[in-house]
Amino acid sequence: MYETSDIRKGLKVTMDGKPFIVVDFQHVKPGKGRAFTRTKLKNLISGAVLERTFFTGDKLESAELEEHTMQYLYPEGDKFVFMNTENYEQVTLDGEQVGDAKDFLLDNLEVQVLFYEGRPISITLPTFVEMQITHCEPGIRGDTASGTTKPATLSTGRAIQVPLFVEDGEWVRIDTRNGDYVERVKR
Amino acid sequence: MPASPQILELRSRLLGALRAFFAARGFVEIDPPVLVRAPAPEPHIDAVPVRGGWLRTSPELHMKRLLARGLPRIYSIGPCFRAGERTARHREEFCLLEWYRADADYRDLMLDVELLLRQAAQAAIGGEVFRYQGRGVDLGIVERRTVREALATEAGIADPDSLDDDRWSVAIGTQVEPKLGRGRLTILADYPISQGGLARRHPDDPHTVERFEAYVEGIELANGWSELTDPAEQRARFERDRARRAVMGKDDYPLDEEFLTELSKVGRAAGIALGVDRLVMLLADRAEMGDVLAFDERD
Repeated sequence: MYETSDIRKGLKVTMDGKPFIVVDFQHVKPGKGRAFTRTKLKNLISGAVLERTFFTGDKLESAELEEHTMQYLYPEGDKFVFMNTENYEQVTLDGEQVGDAKDFLLDNLEVQVLFYEGRPISITLPTFVEMQITHCEPGIRGDTASGTTKPATLSTGRAIQVPLFVEDGEWVRIDTRNGDYVERVKR
Repeated sequence: MPASPQILELRSRLLGALRAFFAARGFVEIDPPVLVRAPAPEPHIDAVPVRGGWLRTSPELHMKRLLARGLPRIYSIGPCFRAGERTARHREEFCLLEWYRADADYRDLMLDVELLLRQAAQAAIGGEVFRYQGRGVDLGIVERRTVREALATEAGIADPDSLDDDRWSVAIGTQVEPKLGRGRLTILADYPISQGGLARRHPDDPHTVERFEAYVEGIELANGWSELTDPAEQRARFERDRARRAVMGKDDYPLDEEFLTELSKVGRAAGIALGVDRLVMLLADRAEMGDVLAFDERD
């Protein structure tokens, strides 16, 4: 159990049987009134953010969460199979749990899988991944400065914007937080 | 981060200006006890326990006893302690200025606050017009609002008496306070009796007390009132607040019988507390109290 004074960004708590993470908070104590803490909490399963006010003396239930490094193995129907790199146990997450991260899931990619009370609920990608361009218009040689971009498709089908000089079949580094092109890489 | 040398210099000039303000008006500086045996029982203020009693949460009870002994104008500047308080504008240990006037009421203190803030700003930063967190402030602009009007206007609450403690706190803390003192000094006056503490009942409205707070840019700087000097009513309010503390499972504080005895000798009077650290924050353009303290012990 946590007290309101324990509230800080990143604290993970259980409410109504679901895990939440504190994304923002403000301790308030007006005049001689009762102190309280306004929080913004993100549901770690649905991603929905809600606001909740806790008063001094209120208790918050901690959330039993663990993160394990796991390797992506293969898709299974509309699900995704991962393997714990330490004990080789396999777990399956559904499309909703993996979300947009599926666009950057390459075979053997190592990701962090979050478990709530022993069940996998979401994954966190590495910030940068290297992926191959499977389709784009021919490159314009020498144009490394104009800043103009063109559409390209990654091996997972995800569409991104790349500079004009990038060629079909090349490998590029992608920022998984926003899907932005970072640079070309030699493979 | 701890205060820069520039902020500590500002703080020192400010303390000098506060003392000069009171010296010029014939006030006597007092050093009331820090270790006390009977803190005032307020529902939401908790004293730090030490061997032999508690650290003072405010010098209020002792200061009023001195009024009773014939000192008509007194002030005190020094540390006070409130257990567990820590926000951007709270610390467990903080510096409190209190002053008391015999033969005065809360309106006299409103004037004191207006003048004091302007003189303090002059001494500390060379003028009463300045910027705070990107906004212009002019301490020469003063507005007075009542709690009833501000709750209605800012929070849509028609009847302050209908609010329980928690709803009062949230309405004031999230909807009203941030709107007060925008670019100016706002005096928020006439509190419901449930928030009355040691304040005298308003003669025209028995549901309110003659209490006010002073705000600049949403920061509560000072809290003052016409003193309740009726020992019987004071005892009843102490008992009410002890009961509220008991319901919340908080420490019980003994009744300060010496205070209650001497209170009958206090005539008409008014007293006020002003957070010195918060005034430094305002004048030094800082949003975090830790930035204006020479040492912020828990960091």
